[in-house]
Parts: sequence; structure tokens; C-alpha cells
Amino acid sequence: MSKKIKITVNNQEYQVLADQTILQALDNIGFRLPRLCYHPKLSNDGACRICIVEVEGFPNYVTSCTTKVSEGMEIKTNTSELRRARRDILELILDSHPTDCHTCENDGNCELQRISHGIGVKTRHFEGERKKFDLDLSSPSIVRDPNKCILCGRCVRACREIQGVNAIDFVGRGFGATVSTAYNSPINESVCANCGQCIAVCPTAALSEKYHTAELFRELSNEKKLKIVQIAPAVRAAIGESFGLKAGSAMEKQTAAALRKLGFDRVFDTQFSADLTIMEEGSEFLERVTSNGVLPMITSCSPGWIKYCEQFFPELLPNLSTCKSPMSMMSSLIKTYYAKKVGKDPKDILSVAVMPCTAKKYEAEREELKIDGHKLTDIVITTRELGWMIRSAGIDLLTIKEEEFDNFFGSSSGAATIFGVTGGVMEAALRTAYEQYLGETLINIEFEEIRGFKGIKEATVKMGDIDLRVAVAHGLANAKALLEIAKNDPQRYQFIEIMTCPGGCVGGGGQPYAEPGYLSLDEELLKKRASVLYNLDRAKTIRRSHENPEIQRIYKEFLGTPLSQKSHEILHTKYKKKLPQGIYRK
Amino acid sequence: MIKPTTETKQMEEFIDYLNNRYDAGYHNAALMAILHKAQEIFGYITREAIGETSKHLGIPTAHIWGVVTFYHYFTLTPRGKYVISVCLGTACYVKGGKRILSKLMEELKIGLNETTDDKLFTLEAKYCLGCCGLAPVMMINDEVYEKLTTKKVSEIISEIRRSQKAVQTAT
Repeated sequence: MSKKIKITVNNQEYQVLADQTILQALDNIGFRLPRLCYHPKLSNDGACRICIVEVEGFPNYVTSCTTKVSEGMEIKTNTSELRRARRDILELILDSHPTDCHTCENDGNCELQRISHGIGVKTRHFEGERKKFDLDLSSPSIVRDPNKCILCGRCVRACREIQGVNAIDFVGRGFGATVSTAYNSPINESVCANCGQCIAVCPTAALSEKYHTAELFRELSNEKKLKIVQIAPAVRAAIGESFGLKAGSAMEKQTAAALRKLGFDRVFDTQFSADLTIMEEGSEFLERVTSNGVLPMITSCSPGWIKYCEQFFPELLPNLSTCKSPMSMMSSLIKTYYAKKVGKDPKDILSVAVMPCTAKKYEAEREELKIDGHKLTDIVITTRELGWMIRSAGIDLLTIKEEEFDNFFGSSSGAATIFGVTGGVMEAALRTAYEQYLGETLINIEFEEIRGFKGIKEATVKMGDIDLRVAVAHGLANAKALLEIAKNDPQRYQFIEIMTCPGGCVGGGGQPYAEPGYLSLDEELLKKRASVLYNLDRAKTIRRSHENPEIQRIYKEFLGTPLSQKSHEILHTKYKKKLPQGIYRK
Repeated sequence: MIKPTTETKQMEEFIDYLNNRYDAGYHNAALMAILHKAQEIFGYITREAIGETSKHLGIPTAHIWGVVTFYHYFTLTPRGKYVISVCLGTACYVKGGKRILSKLMEELKIGLNETTDDKLFTLEAKYCLGCCGLAPVMMINDEVYEKLTTKKVSEIISEIRRSQKAVQTAT
């Protein structure tokens, strides 16, 4: 426990913990200074200078985010000179920034806009030259607009420190400085994993997802097509935040109702195919364990992780489960089994997925996942995009009458619900693998060791004569650390779950921007979203994937058994090594 | 046996330098020195050099790319055998440095920071070479040419071209 020291802020005394920055101390005693480059989960660059304060004895203003408090420090936060200096700094940042707020994608969510209002910028004193960079539209997931970039560097630090991908960095100098990829290659040709955490931390619209809303609205009015949508577990745990609800509001049935009002003919639940994933992946795992297959087996649901693995750990590709992700499994079934069942040509079915994820847009484009050359998921939109579409269509999510998912691909177990949070896939797999292997009921199905937000979690599960050693990582930087351990000690684990985003899908790059008081990557926020899924799981009578009656039915009617030839044809795949720009291997 | 090309010889030299001089994982501190060496060996910063450096030091390529694009000294395109730096610092500017530059552009038929097709000349501008008493000046590689006139410039270029031709016919 750090000791307490006395500081004076605006002539009032406070006791604060030593060994923290002025900004942190002020945050803890009820101030909230404007800030742009600062993010509590990232390192401090002190780049934007907005958070300056006056400190007695210092000749210049100091950036509160990089200066530590000390005993007896006298701080002023709101003098006239300081307010003017802060405004000048902000006006200089705005100087080369576009003025198209009302047509900007980030209108209303923009931190720069909010801070400008808060600081009291009324006129643009410095009408400077505007940046003229081309938009980078190369990626199906992420759009870069360097003209809107204020060079705060949060994205660079998130990509480096949270994800360990290092796809982007500061490039060039002076007025030409920008955030770009190695060799300024289009982002789709870079090492970018499409996770979207850069979007989540960007204070402006310099980084955003590629919007597919216009295309979807157009398709929704196509009378010829049967329009089917699926939603991922984590979407229901966060979409309420787009409508001003507190983090942690469960919106499962409201979202189902809203999707029907948007014009979808069938509203399915990705949780159904999450159960299916567990059946396939659990069986695959047991097969690998009992027949000396490649271990540790690593989960393959998270598309950012897949691309990361292809690039940085190609030697571990044989360790990846061959299962497609739940989204792609669902879409595969929609375009094969379901199309046949309802007597439709797959071309006349529109398969849409609502995901907390930007990388799913990339996944939908993957050649490996196509069946007979057909795309399985036609359109992927993020939770944010769905929030906008619901509002744009004049639907009130808050007062809507709750509706159920359509039956057939709409029912799921509690195990599938927790897929959206770190440790959840592992937990769901253990629930099924244990019972299938031993043929007896697992009494305590909640695996506390692999819940929570520690970067790397380990557990040993006793399964009859086998001691199952499992590990879970979320955030690719953590994943990298875990994989290094696993590589150096191949016997250490048998089963590894990796989710690309911090906290798992609940913290996905396509989730609503954090409401005021929270930030993206904030554990408190992630916990609240996760609690929605854990509560939904607990409220269900069926909490094990193999007990889902619709899962049993699809095996009886169509697939046969897990890992059957039919399953392999449509539910499994293989990935190949990738060498994008910025990876150099001879 | 295939005769090694200039590029592979340069690469071997660069990799030898990396291996002998810096342990793997040497990190950021060595980056500038290595990039200087790369430019010395290859004449410019090649993507392969960035790749090797990244692999050797464990620094992401995007970061190295950022460093290379930050410093004016580093160039990303091959430069000519003779790099001409025309001084446009205050003294040279007053004494007609701009005219010298225009004359060179005319003679070489290239613009600023460009290289002639025969890879003989690269034209650059510098802001004070530190010998204002000799203004206007230019440097060709490491040699200073003083008190220039447009006539002198033409002669210098012709002389280099002539000697270059002589070398070519000799070999």
C-alpha cells in the first residue's frame, strides 16, 4: 500500500496516494481534466498537452498525465491563463482538422468534439492548411482517414501494448506526419489483425469500421430474398449502451424484436452454432487427446487471432482447432441445410451477422470458408452499426416488446452464452468434454479459475484418469506471451483458448463506444458486460451444449455425428501461413 | 557457380555487420547506427535492410519505417554515384545559389531529390554546408566546389561525364 501525501488543488488540501500522476490523483478526488492522448490502460506519451496544470515552483505548465504528485505540491487547474493556454493548444490541434462534424461518422461520439465544447472553443482562430491524405479503404474491416487524425498515438499504443501486433506507427514528420503501416502499405496488406481496438481508443474518426449499413438497408428491401440474421452473444450484452442504458443491461429479446422490425424474416442466434462448435471442438479435442494428435489444441473462434497466428505463429497452425467459428458454422448451415429445408436457392438467401467484432468482416471474405465458391456470410455489421440502424429506422429499443428468437437455429444452452467472454469457450468445452468423456454428470460447471480478467489464466481439470491442463489468454499481447510459454514447454498445456480482444468478445472492437465515465479496455465496463452473459447462463435450465435439443436434432437430421464427413465438409476448415507487408522471414 | 550480384554481396556485408556488431535483441539503441550503415552499404534504405534489422533487433517493421521516414538523412530510393548537394544557406543564397541549382537541373535534366536515369547523379539542396566564405558552394560526394558560376558548373559536370566514359571504355 502506497503512502498518502498532502497536495493542494486550487487552494484546497487533499490527501492522495503517492506514486501516481497528477492526472490520476485529480481523477480520484473528483476532477476530470480534459485529455486526448491519455488512456489509463496504455503508456503515457504526453503528446496532446491538453491536460496541463499550473504547479507552484514550475516555470512552465506541466502535463498532468506525465508528472507525478509530490508532498506539498500546489496545483492549479482552472486559472484564466491556464484556460486560455488549454484553449490555444486545442485550437492548434483543430487548425488542420476538417470541419465536417455534422457529416462525420463519429458525430456525437467524438472526444475531440466534446472536449472542444467543454474547453469553450467558439471560433477557429487558426485557419491552417488542411491535410490531404487519401483514405485507406483497402480493408474489409477498418477504414483509416488520416485527415482526421490528431496524432495522439492511442491507436499506436493499443496496437503495440494491448495487441502486440505493431501494425501501425508514426510515419513521416512535421505537417506530413501520420499514423501508417510499414512501407505505407494499404492496411489490408499489413500485419493488422482487424481487431478494431484502435477504433475503440481513437478519439476522432481517423479510424472506424468499414460501414456495411447502406448495403444492408438496400438488401433488406429486396423482396426476392429470404433475409436471415444471427447475433453473437456479446452483442446483447452491450447494445443497450448505444441507447443510453447503463453498461450491464441485458437486451437479448429486445434485440431479437428490433431485428424483426428492421425487416429480417428469420432471427437466429449465433449461440446455437456456438453449441455446435462445442460439439465439434470438444470431440476434436478428445480425439486428439486419445489418439496422440497435435496438442495443445488452440481455439479458432476469434478471427483476429487466426490472422495473427497465420502471420506470427505459422508453426502453430496445426494446433488450431479445425472448427470454423460459430458465425461461419451458422452461415454454412443456413446456406446448405436450411436453404434445402425451406426450398430456397442459397443465392436467394441473405445471410447477415451482427458481431461485436470488426475482424468478422474480414472473416466473411475468407476464401477458405467458402462452400462451392459461395460466400457464407453475406454481410457482417458490428454492434455499433446495428445500434445506428435501429435508431435510423425509427425503432425504439427501450420500449420495444420482447420477442424470442426463431426456433430451430434460435435455441442455445448457457454454455453458448458465455462464448462472448474470455474463458467462456474453454468453460463451455470443458462442460461437454468432461461429460462426454466420462459419461457422468459434472457437478460444478462454473470454472472460476478461468473466469476473470487476468491476462493469462491457467487451470488443471481432473477428468477421470486425465489431468487436463488448460490455459486462457485474451488480448493478443497476452496470447503471444502464453504461446511463447507453450512453445518452450510443449507438454505444459493440452488446450488453449485465445480471444483477440481484452475481456473477450464483450470488449470487441465493434462494441459501442464506452459511455462517459468508462473507457474502452476498462475492466469495470468489461465486467459489467460479462456479468450479463454469466447471468443469462445461470438463468438457463440447459447449460451444457450437448443437452441442447436442437443440436441433437441437427445431428440426427443432417450431420450424423460430430466430426462426421458431413461435418468436415461444411463445419471445418484449414488456414495457411501468411506473409503480409511488414513480416520478413527468409 | 552463379556469380553473386552486387545486391547479394551488399546484403552479405550488411548481415555480417549485424551479426558481428550487435547481439540479437540489442534493441532500439542500435537502430540509428544500423540504419546509417545500411545506407552506407546499399546507398539507400532497402526494404530488405529494414526486414533484416527488424528480425535481428526484434523491432517491428512499422516502427523502423517510422524512424526511416522521420529523418531527412535517410533515403528510400537509390541514389546516383555522384550526390550533388547545392548549398542554399543564407550566404550561398545571396550569392546566387538558386542560379547554380537551376543550372544543374538544366544540365542533368532532373529535379530536386531526383536521380538521373544513368544513376550517375543525384541532386539535393542543403541549408548551409559551413563554408560561407567560399559561397556559392556545392558538394559532390565529399568534395567541396567553391565560388561557383554557371559556367564552372557546366565544366564540372562535363568533366565527370568524360571521366566516367573513360572508365567505362577501359573496362
